[in-house]
Amino acid sequence: MSGTLRHVGWVLRGNPMTAAAAVGASLLLFIAFFAPWLAPYDPIASNVPIALQPPSAAHWAGTDQLGRDVFSRILYGTRVDLAIAFSAVSLSFVIGAVVGSFCGYVGGTLDRVVGRLVDVLMAFPLFVLAMALVAALGNSIENIIIATAFINLPFYIRFARAEVNVRRNLGWVEAARASGDSDISVVLRFLLPNILPAMAVQISLNLGWAILNAAGLSFIGLGITPPTAEWGIMVAEGARFITSGHWWLVAFPGLALMLAVLCFNLLGDGLRDILDPRMRT
Amino acid sequence: MGRRIGVRLLSSVPALFGVLVFTFLLMRVLPGDPAVFFAAGANAGQAEIDMVREQMGLDKPLHEQLVRYLWDITRGNLGNSMTTGQPVRTDLIERLPASLELTFSALLLALTLALPLGVLAALRPGTIVDHFVRFLCTLGVCVPTFVSGLLLIYVFYYLLNWAPDPTGRIDIFAANAPEITGFLLIDFALVRDWSAWRAAAGQLILPASTMALFVLAPLARMTRASMLAVLGSDFVRTAKSLGLSDLRIIVVYALRNALLPVLTISGIVFSTMLGANVLVEKVFSWPGVASYALDALLASDYAPVQGFVLLMATIFVMVNLLIDILYGVADPRATVA
Repeated sequence: MSGTLRHVGWVLRGNPMTAAAAVGASLLLFIAFFAPWLAPYDPIASNVPIALQPPSAAHWAGTDQLGRDVFSRILYGTRVDLAIAFSAVSLSFVIGAVVGSFCGYVGGTLDRVVGRLVDVLMAFPLFVLAMALVAALGNSIENIIIATAFINLPFYIRFARAEVNVRRNLGWVEAARASGDSDISVVLRFLLPNILPAMAVQISLNLGWAILNAAGLSFIGLGITPPTAEWGIMVAEGARFITSGHWWLVAFPGLALMLAVLCFNLLGDGLRDILDPRMRT
Repeated sequence: MGRRIGVRLLSSVPALFGVLVFTFLLMRVLPGDPAVFFAAGANAGQAEIDMVREQMGLDKPLHEQLVRYLWDITRGNLGNSMTTGQPVRTDLIERLPASLELTFSALLLALTLALPLGVLAALRPGTIVDHFVRFLCTLGVCVPTFVSGLLLIYVFYYLLNWAPDPTGRIDIFAANAPEITGFLLIDFALVRDWSAWRAAAGQLILPASTMALFVLAPLARMTRASMLAVLGSDFVRTAKSLGLSDLRIIVVYALRNALLPVLTISGIVFSTMLGANVLVEKVFSWPGVASYALDALLASDYAPVQGFVLLMATIFVMVNLLIDILYGVADPRATVA
């Protein structure tokens, strides 16, 4: 185990950007877990006398129209946004990996039917599809997660299918079959673990995208309801004050969003470079 | 050529049919009673709901409903919007030019920026230019459109006062728009009303830049990557050895070949743009189809949402078709799948 850790350390020293992204991502997770202890103020307690104050020593990111501390709200928002992104991505990863693997392994009718369904999903502009799903399922956080997971699903299915398809007749898969493993066991115990590293890249790249998507949906008023501190809704509330010059209401949550997406994207790019040097751009 | 296009047109029929069926299932089968939606929202009387249910054929079995729905769609009947009180089709036709004008301007802007940037980065890999392009691209994908749009408003409207009030499509004091194509820039140019043209362009520039910034990254990165590959190929070496000018080699021979992969990803780019449209139209109060659907969605008015989703998916399928055809034009070796 210490050998693996040493190898990871060696790889990260050679890729400073990836290392920085990894640190950033861990920091985000840390903030998400410990927001209540880190935040200097209550994220939803309004304090109208100090409404709309620019950034100062007491309020690092200023205060909003109800006098709430923007910095504390951003810290709490990390929780909501990461929770949505992580649940959505894990949901689509689990379903997509299993369905895609079986399609790639079994082939035939199952593969064709699923392939057609994926084609139909891909025929929709994805954000619009997410909007439609939330409209049809009802306006709630759970449904934002389901919608975000759903629009990610085609990528995982296609990816897992392609990866399993090239491995299905390799020697070690034959060996597993020959030693009496059932098809289900071959897929779940041998093929899935084998394609996991490649899928990790996809997951990391997807996390950033899922965050953008969830924040976009809550920006247009879907899913999350106002008193909740969440980045998209904070930007939406701040939008009303941008033409009167209160830039910090939009800029700081926007910066948080940007940094989060940047971390996960760089991490994904770095992982891809480490796993597959041919894809380096 | 005509045959090719015909074949490709036919092959997009299943995709369109799938889109129709999926939208149908989405709106009819998922939780919630469409009769309540289509009647007058949650507080409609039971008698009215029953009447709507019968009118819409919701008491019939599902496959009969599907046939009825497809029949309605082929006659262009998308239902009525309860917020505007008009047929959804009328509303969509009225608002579509605004959305398309925005999307196409943004795409044009993104391409005019991305192609030179990508080419420059490919010509001088590893230099300041390359790093700058990479930085701009990385930033472009990470900043959500609704944040960059609002920041552009802050800088160019509030601080510098260069841009007009960022609400809607045209200054209400400007001349009335002539109804020719619905694309304001084209219409004003046609009637030679240049001051109104400038006003319309002024309203368009910020939202279009916002969207362009978001899709700049994939376009520029793809241009750079494929340009790098092409510049290392034999025919470029041959062109160089024949003594052709650099400009001729780059623009005529290299770029033309490098454009194929860019064309391929422009389908994905267009899909992103149709989605980003929703956010940008919301930020800039742009009177397009997306903000119309969004208002309807928030008012639980489902017919416009359904119409909008269908319209977007249809446009997207058509754009993919167009890209395939263009691909064949640009590269005669490509076959129609």
